[in-house]
Amino acid sequence: MNLRRFDALIVGGGGAGLRAALQLARSGYKVAVVSKVFPTRSHTVSAQGGITAALGNVDDDRWEWHFYDTVKGGDWLGDQDAIEFMCREAASAVYELEHMGLPFSRLAGGKIYQRPFGGQSKNFGGEQATRTCAAADRTGHALLHTLYQQNLAARTQFFDEVFALDLVRDAEGYCLGVTALDIETGEPLLIEARATLLATGGAGRVFWNSSNAMINTGDGLGMVLRAGLPLQDMEFWQFHPTGIAGVGCLITEGVRGEGGYLLNRHGERFMERYAPHARDLAGRDVVARAIAIEIAEGRGCGPHGDYVEAKLDHLGAAVIAEKLPGIRDLSIRFAGVDPAKSPIPVAPTAHYMMGGIPTNLHGQVVAPARFGPEEPVPGLYAVGECACVSVHGANRLGGNSLLDLVVFGRAAGKHMLETLRENPYPRPMPADAAAASLARLARWAQPGSERVAAITDALRRTMQTHCGVFRTEATLRAGLAELDRLEARLAQAGLTDSSRVFNTARIEALELENLMAVARATLVSALARTESRGAHTREDHPQRDDARWLKHSLYSRAGDAVDAKPVRLKPLTLESVKPEKRVY
Amino acid sequence: MRFRLYRYAPESGEKPFMQDVELDIEPAGRMLLDALIAIKAKDETLSLRRSCREGVCGSDAMNVNGRNRLACITPLSELKQPIEVRPLPGLPVIRDLVVDMEPFYKQYRSVKPWLVNEAPEPEVERLQSPEERALLDGAYECILCACCTTSCPSFWWHAETFVGPAGLLQAYRFIADSRDEDAAARLDNLEDPYRLYRCRGIMNCVDACPKGLNPTEAIGRIKSLLVKRRV
Repeated sequence: MNLRRFDALIVGGGGAGLRAALQLARSGYKVAVVSKVFPTRSHTVSAQGGITAALGNVDDDRWEWHFYDTVKGGDWLGDQDAIEFMCREAASAVYELEHMGLPFSRLAGGKIYQRPFGGQSKNFGGEQATRTCAAADRTGHALLHTLYQQNLAARTQFFDEVFALDLVRDAEGYCLGVTALDIETGEPLLIEARATLLATGGAGRVFWNSSNAMINTGDGLGMVLRAGLPLQDMEFWQFHPTGIAGVGCLITEGVRGEGGYLLNRHGERFMERYAPHARDLAGRDVVARAIAIEIAEGRGCGPHGDYVEAKLDHLGAAVIAEKLPGIRDLSIRFAGVDPAKSPIPVAPTAHYMMGGIPTNLHGQVVAPARFGPEEPVPGLYAVGECACVSVHGANRLGGNSLLDLVVFGRAAGKHMLETLRENPYPRPMPADAAAASLARLARWAQPGSERVAAITDALRRTMQTHCGVFRTEATLRAGLAELDRLEARLAQAGLTDSSRVFNTARIEALELENLMAVARATLVSALARTESRGAHTREDHPQRDDARWLKHSLYSRAGDAVDAKPVRLKPLTLESVKPEKRVY
Repeated sequence: MRFRLYRYAPESGEKPFMQDVELDIEPAGRMLLDALIAIKAKDETLSLRRSCREGVCGSDAMNVNGRNRLACITPLSELKQPIEVRPLPGLPVIRDLVVDMEPFYKQYRSVKPWLVNEAPEPEVERLQSPEERALLDGAYECILCACCTTSCPSFWWHAETFVGPAGLLQAYRFIADSRDEDAAARLDNLEDPYRLYRCRGIMNCVDACPKGLNPTEAIGRIKSLLVKRRV
């Protein structure tokens, strides 16, 4: 088998992976980025509204207020040390992007433009803050292209359209690299590195109605589960309040930040009832639940009453053209509506996975082991949406995702440098390093009666029906029973395309295996957590229950076990924000 | 709906051919990508690239009824039947609708598409006025889909030597950036009978760009900067 050897290996070419790769490439190490798509096709490119940092360019601001908002936004499930770290580092991470050339929109004096976003406050819960830095409504595109360009300058080596299969670990648990499949040639390869970073993004395609790119299939999560490592807080999925109804494409929170608002069929600004103070800029979980309730209680718009309306025509065509041009394009194309003239039909859409691969502040993957519940897995890192540090807790604030990518991408890159210095020579590669991956590939060379596309569709509908905005024990148990049937069908599935060159059917089959693993982790964790917190709403347990559930879930594949570990309530230097009732 | 799809399986030993496909799909509110995915669900051997399905990642550029477009934002209702779908022209076909993008990426890299500024970095952002920033509008939004470059006859004939509209638009994006210090070297890099001047102002690129950008205008600005520099 083709063997490639590097100092460091990054799996995933989105914002997190590219930020980490840059740190390593600029330090003179040989770093490879493996991505199943050309890097600028990664889902970071779809981020719209911005990246949050308390620059104070528009209004008074302090990173400590950002810290408070993030703790509260996450319904106290976020680790306060990680949140302090992220908010402390935020301004420097944004300035650094500006220095790299990111084309931020600008204020009159020439500083970076900032807009208000949901869940932002001044003075620990006071008036609305203006904290999210933006490049029009294409911030993710601007950020991803800028990081890719800088990596070109730094001569990072890219393996484009190479699909990572499995982690390679030795008997002592060290991660030695990954196995992968070259999509163009269909050849498997083994990529060896002394430090490996997973930056494989989210898995939002596990839901039917999703804002996510089709590539968001949780590949890194599948790799970690197959390696016998746990996933954290997988019951927490953010449903973004405003996806284009029936399509799922995202309408940025920036629409409401710029002054747009939501209306029900009676033309009522219903958010005033749910969040009297913050109204349309309450936490995303709060707004998504409110929309779901309006629709469920018959106040939705349209012939089927299945959406609400986002009104922004009052902002005027000029503001929309300057600040929200991409939104206007998307609305015209996918909803047939020009938002400068009439409101956009919107409904909640699956958007972001708060849970993921448990890591520490340096991006090191941690798991329960001999010496404690959070021992680093040597040589293995994870950052971005696939990771759970946890800064987003039970509900992520808008603008904190791009921030997470660059802050922890940088931190992981720095720590990987230390690992490389301390481990100057590669460890011996076990003879059977690729055996499990080759067996997986061989399995998909076998004929079968079931089709991958049909099972994928059924899986996404199952998750939508049984594990959406509102959950109960009954819906989750029904979802698990359905998942069992789908797994039985998957075992009978085969491909009708046995070719090697650019066989995307095979890639979709491997992706489905990852999605299945994510779905099971989600359902099992959601069933275990008998409380409502942040984005996880159990109708049969409507209250937050700090006495029993102020803790992280840790799902392991072996026996579908859900374990727990404490939430770190102690920040690095600040006073802890004690749990209180979460009102907006 | 009726489709004619370009099919090519390199391992089969057979020549490329056009395949007629019938699909039962309601065109209202659906995009060409939805139809191709539905076709692929029935025939797994159809190969294509796709990712964001909302026109921002640039994966699914293809030639549709003679025009280069992104499948995910091309409404089925706008297309005359049979809908003829081919890979982007001017690039080697790997399989079906998948082309080898490397000649396109190589030209993109050749313009050194990154900001160059050797001045000591301030602790905060570099200032840029809204007017200076406005010069980047229409230049930074490129998604590298290659619709423009592969619609350009000059690129078809000179893929090795002509940068092409997408690469030249990127070059202009940095020349126009008030924070970039490398404009002179960027212009030197383009002052060449092939790299820049193979653009004959045919303007296919403008017609093809799914993001509504205007590479021809950017190329014109580069040319006039070169003229200004000489006098």
